[in-house]
Amino acid sequence: MTKYIIRRLIQTIPVLIGVTILVFSLMHLVPGDPAQIVAGEGASEQTVENIRERLGLNESIPVQYGRFLGNAVQGDLGSSVRSGRPVMDEIGSRFWVTVELAFYSTIVAVFLGLIAGIVSAVRHYTLADTSIMIVALFGLSMPNFWFGLLLIQWFAIGNWMPESLEFLKMRPSGWGDSWRQIILPVLTLGTGGAAIIARMTRSSMLEVIGQDYIRTARAKGVSERIVTYRHALKNALIPVVTVVGLEFGGFLGGAVLTETIFAINGMGRLTIDAIRTRDFPVVQGTVLVISVIFVLVNLLVDISYRLLNKRIDLN
Amino acid sequence: MSEETVNPPVTAQKINPRIESYKQFWRRLLKNKAAVIGGLLIVFVVLMAFIGPWIITTFTDYRPNQTDLTNKLQGPSASNWFGTDSFGRDIFTRLIFGAKLTLYVGFLSVFIGGIIGVIFGIISGYYGGRVDAVIMRLMDVLLAFPGILLALAIVAVLGGSLTNVIIAVGIFSVPAFARVVRGSTLSVRKLEYVDAVRALGASDFRIIFKHILPNIMSPIIVQASLRIATAILTGAGLSFLGLGAQPPAPEWGAMLNEGRQYMFEAGHVALFPGLMIVLVVLAFNIFGDGVRDALDPKMKNR
Repeated sequence: MTKYIIRRLIQTIPVLIGVTILVFSLMHLVPGDPAQIVAGEGASEQTVENIRERLGLNESIPVQYGRFLGNAVQGDLGSSVRSGRPVMDEIGSRFWVTVELAFYSTIVAVFLGLIAGIVSAVRHYTLADTSIMIVALFGLSMPNFWFGLLLIQWFAIGNWMPESLEFLKMRPSGWGDSWRQIILPVLTLGTGGAAIIARMTRSSMLEVIGQDYIRTARAKGVSERIVTYRHALKNALIPVVTVVGLEFGGFLGGAVLTETIFAINGMGRLTIDAIRTRDFPVVQGTVLVISVIFVLVNLLVDISYRLLNKRIDLN
Repeated sequence: MSEETVNPPVTAQKINPRIESYKQFWRRLLKNKAAVIGGLLIVFVVLMAFIGPWIITTFTDYRPNQTDLTNKLQGPSASNWFGTDSFGRDIFTRLIFGAKLTLYVGFLSVFIGGIIGVIFGIISGYYGGRVDAVIMRLMDVLLAFPGILLALAIVAVLGGSLTNVIIAVGIFSVPAFARVVRGSTLSVRKLEYVDAVRALGASDFRIIFKHILPNIMSPIIVQASLRIATAILTGAGLSFLGLGAQPPAPEWGAMLNEGRQYMFEAGHVALFPGLMIVLVVLAFNIFGDGVRDALDPKMKNR
């Protein structure tokens, strides 16, 4: 096991290096002169020259990359072209807002997805199963930004709401003050993931239920409840673990849209604002931070997958 | 049962196994009600996208960019089936004209991503070794950017336009294809018939395109149909963020973005474009699921 963890850690290093190269290249792949683009049209020669100097664009590409990597490892991601503040400070507390959003959304996705998937598998080919799978298919096909808008319309604007339900009214923007602000964005982000987890849980359960040891358990008279929850579910959940990790990462990326809709001041919105103002150091910083977290979460998921599923350990 | 079917004459016409398996695939696909519904929906959307605008311009006076400020933000009515937007433009007309853009994003980006991904995947699986390791690490790097983030970063570099969205979503689709194709290539490469054609002196190029590719088409088709759904959602998301199709293009994601500002007065402006996206993506998802079930050997005879 230790050997596996070490090998997996070593495998992660080239990926992380690749990520930094790609993120570094962002600024250099921009068609035209990056300094000119950052400065904006109509900027004076001197301004462009200053920006070039500040971003270190005069040096050779490998030297620039070396410095970028060296600084990034030490937590220095350069500074914003617009505000002049260090990118790390710009990210600052917004980091936790996005992580919190992704974390709660994961909980919602896992909770809804598992229940739906288990019910579907246990009652498979019944009306309950069919309805759950149809809802899940819709959840999978729905743009989450549109679902977010609908939620705002129903629960935050809520012109249709009878007065007795007014207490349910949510706030359409911001983050953190109260549960009224948090529920809608979390539902927006979490429901799509719930659909994926539900489908995954269902097919994984069905596969496990078809196996010999389940038949054996039934044959020796174990009650259906224990067969389902103790024998089948435990093994069926193993592949689902992988999806949960991917979902969490996906939510970090998906936060871009959700944060925009709900005017949440997180990393996603920072990224979009930076793209709009061509503030490339900030874009690089947020993309790098989100991807590195994603890679690390996947690493943890792979390791826990190994711990849960002892059968793979053989090779 | 007649004798003939029990004991077919040896001289009966030659059976081409590839055609037979296609026939079998169609039979299974047509038996799957969901896949048929999905397929019909796709046909409907394609017709709507390519014939709809012609019908509207030929038989009516509605135009996608025709503004009428005296008639703005009106709810659905007999003259404006889906209501009007903030410029008084007819939303129904705009949706019909925008269908084409959505399909372009879906098909073209998956086409681009599919071709690149298949080439990477086949090379990786066929040659193995160091080439494989390098290509797969590269795919890992692309997959390290979660969800929409990779496409977003590419559009950030290239600038916001529908063409760039297609390129970005295409690149975003590459690793999914590469991984699936690599896996399938690995399993086909070891089969005896590949050794046989190699012994006959076939070049690598010929083996790959003539003998491996046709045999791994099934997973590629499944991947493509499911991927189109993802591509449409991603593309619409980028346009929604204002990084894709630019106004006044009637792209559905961009229309949602415009409608967002009028949520309080006129909810319908943001409602219908979203419904259309759901419809199209649902169609591709149902169809893709159906194709997969029809092709998956595990589902055979079920």
